[in-house]
Amino acid sequence: MSNAEIKNLEDIFEQRIANDEKIEPKDWMPEKYRKTHIRQMSQHAHSEIVGMLPEGNWISRAPSLRRKVALLAKVQDEAGHGLYLYSACETLGVSREELYRQLHSGEAKYSSIFNYPTLTWADMGAIGWLVDGAAIINQVPLCNTSYGPYARAMVRVCKEESFHQRQGYEIMLSLCNGTPEQKEMAQDALNRWWWPSLMMLGPTDDASVHTEQSMKWKLKRKTNDELRQQFIDQTVPQADILGLTIPDPDLKFNEETGSYDFGEIDWDEFWQVVKGHGPCNKERMNARVNAWNEGEWVRDAAVAYAEKQEKRRNKSSQISA
Amino acid sequence: MSDKKNWPLWEIFVRSKNGLEHRHCGSLHASDAEMALANARDVYTRRSEGVSIWVVESEHITASNPENNGELFEPAQDKVYRHPTFYDLPDDVKHM
Repeated sequence: MSNAEIKNLEDIFEQRIANDEKIEPKDWMPEKYRKTHIRQMSQHAHSEIVGMLPEGNWISRAPSLRRKVALLAKVQDEAGHGLYLYSACETLGVSREELYRQLHSGEAKYSSIFNYPTLTWADMGAIGWLVDGAAIINQVPLCNTSYGPYARAMVRVCKEESFHQRQGYEIMLSLCNGTPEQKEMAQDALNRWWWPSLMMLGPTDDASVHTEQSMKWKLKRKTNDELRQQFIDQTVPQADILGLTIPDPDLKFNEETGSYDFGEIDWDEFWQVVKGHGPCNKERMNARVNAWNEGEWVRDAAVAYAEKQEKRRNKSSQISA
Repeated sequence: MSDKKNWPLWEIFVRSKNGLEHRHCGSLHASDAEMALANARDVYTRRSEGVSIWVVESEHITASNPENNGELFEPAQDKVYRHPTFYDLPDDVKHM
């Protein structure tokens, strides 16, 4: 194809997105659109998969059966969300094996929040309330994104996600209405998860390299700073109900803007964690790679069994014919 | 990676309740049809989304190419006589 022809196709493509048309797997798309989507969707899928690890840590130690079944169901949902997203990603012509390879080799990124440790049961509350809360704010606009399979996967994800946040908040509520030690545990969890949750919404707009293009493709409908402000504005009153203090001395309601002003985020910490120097980066990756390697014989056995069954079927159909 | 055989991809269709059609809801990997059904149950019907599941190996699906959309679908656009509103009848005619 000549450059002029490609330019023409690109113009038609951009126009379709501007008209709110959806792009489906077999439609022509610019290579950059395909690559950007593979990157974002796979990062999203990886985050769901790695996101199971910090919580999986507490399933066997949940304080009651009610909490245990809820946490188990939540972690199972995360596996499901990872699978919806991987399969949506594969519609762009990248294989599941390649996506796993990228994750396991450390080439692909996942949300840096999962590189923090889960030290107490209250962390299950804080993760559901804050991490899933921030995730929902990130994800709801994606239900309208331009790439059809991604948008459809996100509709399912968002429908299922709201129980995650509510179960987390309920854990916090129980702890805050419990003994002073329990309330202290909840405050400690909030202290540790607050700033990483704000960072989870991504670098500030002036430092975000992908925002402009992603807004055009409706891969993003609000900027990181807008999403962060929305998260803070809706979370502060929730902390008030719990009787907990947000660990930010500069946090203050601004009558003029109707929003909360907040303190400086430690972006050095964010970039350190992104670059692999967070408290649990190595641990998470090792757990993931081990799970994959230790499951290899099961995957091989399943293939061998399927082949044997297939052979038997062929044999018996030959005999009967 | 290794040259080992990987689990193939399956397309999953779920009937949400009797009386409605099966609808495509996504895909997954499984070693055979039986496992594809079991996985589809876990991945796509965790909240009573279905009463019946179909699984089809993705490579068995033949899809039309959007590049041919013109010749495939445009001819229908000028066949307005296939729609009831094409026909002029007096308002007095009832039940039609």
